[in-house]
Amino acid sequence: MNPFNYSAEQLQAAALDVRRDIITMLVEAKSGHTGGPLSCTDFATALSFRYLNHKPSEPHWTDRDFLFYSIGHVTPVNYSLLAECGYFPLKDLMTFRKLNSRLQGHPHRLDTPGIEISSGSLGQGLSIACGVAKGSKIDKHPRRVFCIMGDGELQEGSCWEAVMFAGHYHLDNLGVIVDYNKRQIDGEVPKIMDVAPLADKWRAFNWQVLEIDGNDMQQILAAYDEMLRHRDRPMVIIAHTTMGKGVSFMEGKAEWHGKPPTMEQGEQALQELGTTYAEWSSRLLAG
Amino acid sequence: MLKELTKLEMKKTREGFGHGLVDLGEKDERIVVLAADVTDSVNAGFFARRFPERFVQMGIAEQNMATVATGLSLVGKIPFYSTYSVFSTCRCMDQIRISICYSNANVKICGAHGGISVGQDGATHQAMEDIAMMRSLPNMKVIVPCDYWQSKRATMAAAYIDGPVFIRFGREAVPTLTDESTPFEFGKGVVLRDGGDVAIIACGVMVYEALVAAEVLGKQGIDCRVINLHTIKPIDRDLIIRAARECGAIVTAEEHQVYGGMGSAVAEVLVSHAPVPQEFVAVMDCFGQSGQPDELLRAYGLKSEDIIAAVKRVLKRK
Ligand SMILES: Cc1ncc(C[n+]2csc(CCOP(=O)(O)OP(=O)(O)O)c2C)c(N)n1
Repeated sequence: MNPFNYSAEQLQAAALDVRRDIITMLVEAKSGHTGGPLSCTDFATALSFRYLNHKPSEPHWTDRDFLFYSIGHVTPVNYSLLAECGYFPLKDLMTFRKLNSRLQGHPHRLDTPGIEISSGSLGQGLSIACGVAKGSKIDKHPRRVFCIMGDGELQEGSCWEAVMFAGHYHLDNLGVIVDYNKRQIDGEVPKIMDVAPLADKWRAFNWQVLEIDGNDMQQILAAYDEMLRHRDRPMVIIAHTTMGKGVSFMEGKAEWHGKPPTMEQGEQALQELGTTYAEWSSRLLAG
Repeated sequence: MLKELTKLEMKKTREGFGHGLVDLGEKDERIVVLAADVTDSVNAGFFARRFPERFVQMGIAEQNMATVATGLSLVGKIPFYSTYSVFSTCRCMDQIRISICYSNANVKICGAHGGISVGQDGATHQAMEDIAMMRSLPNMKVIVPCDYWQSKRATMAAAYIDGPVFIRFGREAVPTLTDESTPFEFGKGVVLRDGGDVAIIACGVMVYEALVAAEVLGKQGIDCRVINLHTIKPIDRDLIIRAARECGAIVTAEEHQVYGGMGSAVAEVLVSHAPVPQEFVAVMDCFGQSGQPDELLRAYGLKSEDIIAAVKRVLKRK
């Protein structure tokens, strides 16, 4: 059971708060990744607040579901959701990327409650998720394993070793969400190194495939419901998203992959998200 | 001199790399450059825009990049493959060991963002084991230039050193100690300051810190020799032995783990040929973390003060 079990409306409100957190913590850190966290926000929020079986007060609870962010660089969305769920105080978000912070630029398992594995080198998360899924099968444990991957990340050959493994072992307790925002650092994914046709590739490795608009909460909920119903093979949700979603001047722009907004840009972004830096940073600092 | 040291122009070593590639490309058709989705962060973009037909975008696929570069070398190209050093080395270790080194393929491995001064991206992106890994491989040569001009020169030299070469660059701008006319002699360390009480052997950004330390120590009556050991493999054995015999004490300084790096390479020479006390300024067997570059160098004991303290320790053991 998810401890929150939010409705679609509540999830939309939570996703808005997460976007505000992301912008605010990045402005404060003056460093970090903006575009990917914003494209992942909707489906990641739905996982944490409706589907993932977890206990924020007990991060190592043995019966929990596992969630891996294979794209380690999306820490702003990962940390925001952990804090919003109550794994650690919201005010910690304002220490992101600073010396001696428990919130490292890329996630560190030994520092942060709720981080299952240290990451930041692409193309390793799905293999780890496969290991947890296989181990759970051996134990006949009913837990689910989720893994969030990037489309650029899928250029790493190691990803496909894991995809083959999961298909081969019928890991139907494993679900992947691909953040298909079609952007990476150097530009547009189809121009840098095309990963299309994605659905056909996963199908060829014996996965069940769903394609959705990954920034549409109704479609996200329908896809997760299907994922949880479904049994016999692993399932991937190919989530077509927009890099920088929610902030007009960031949307679809690869240049926002790895830079933070300046204070001025942050104010503009937060205004679009219905708040101000002063208001949102004091909410975080008080939390 | 200390005042002069603070007035040096600040420039990025990775930019020296990028400009070196362009100069090479102008005069040698065989030069090809590969990058893996961080083209502009490593400054391979200068070459990519000047010679698009000889630039190969790999996407995020470093292991494939190392072995595609190997294939390119088999048809007479001189491939330079580039990404952050953690990915160009650690990520591809088996490909480098077998396809590149065992075959002695003519591949140039370029690692930007070496050391803890990478900053806020944190431990995952701070290459601090790359020198150790690369120097352990037969046929590999290892170069860690100290500034912009040396990076440019070393890049250009690497094209004509036969077989695998690893060159490491940094992310941040660092003081420029050499200039356009300073020669780069592969395999030969450079004495930047003469002295007879202790020799400080450094590479990369630590060369500047060593010079600052030597200046401070000079005022206290301690006469330091400072050596820029830009080539770590093959190592300049004669220069190290001479420094040991003439100074009787050595301090090594590097932005790398203490185990297996340049300091270890120097120690290997000392124990075999001229045993004298040595102190290590390096990262002490731990991962880094997020923070500002200078803040991290300080927190992990990689500043001139740390070199000064190491000199004082080693002199007591002399
Ligand atoms: C093995 C590895 N290579 C390179 C990098 C540097 N890097 C970090 S994020 C990134 C781009 C990832 O693209 P994508 O998965 O599409 O994520 P998005 O840009 O949508 O956030 C790269 C190349 C890395 N972290 N790990």
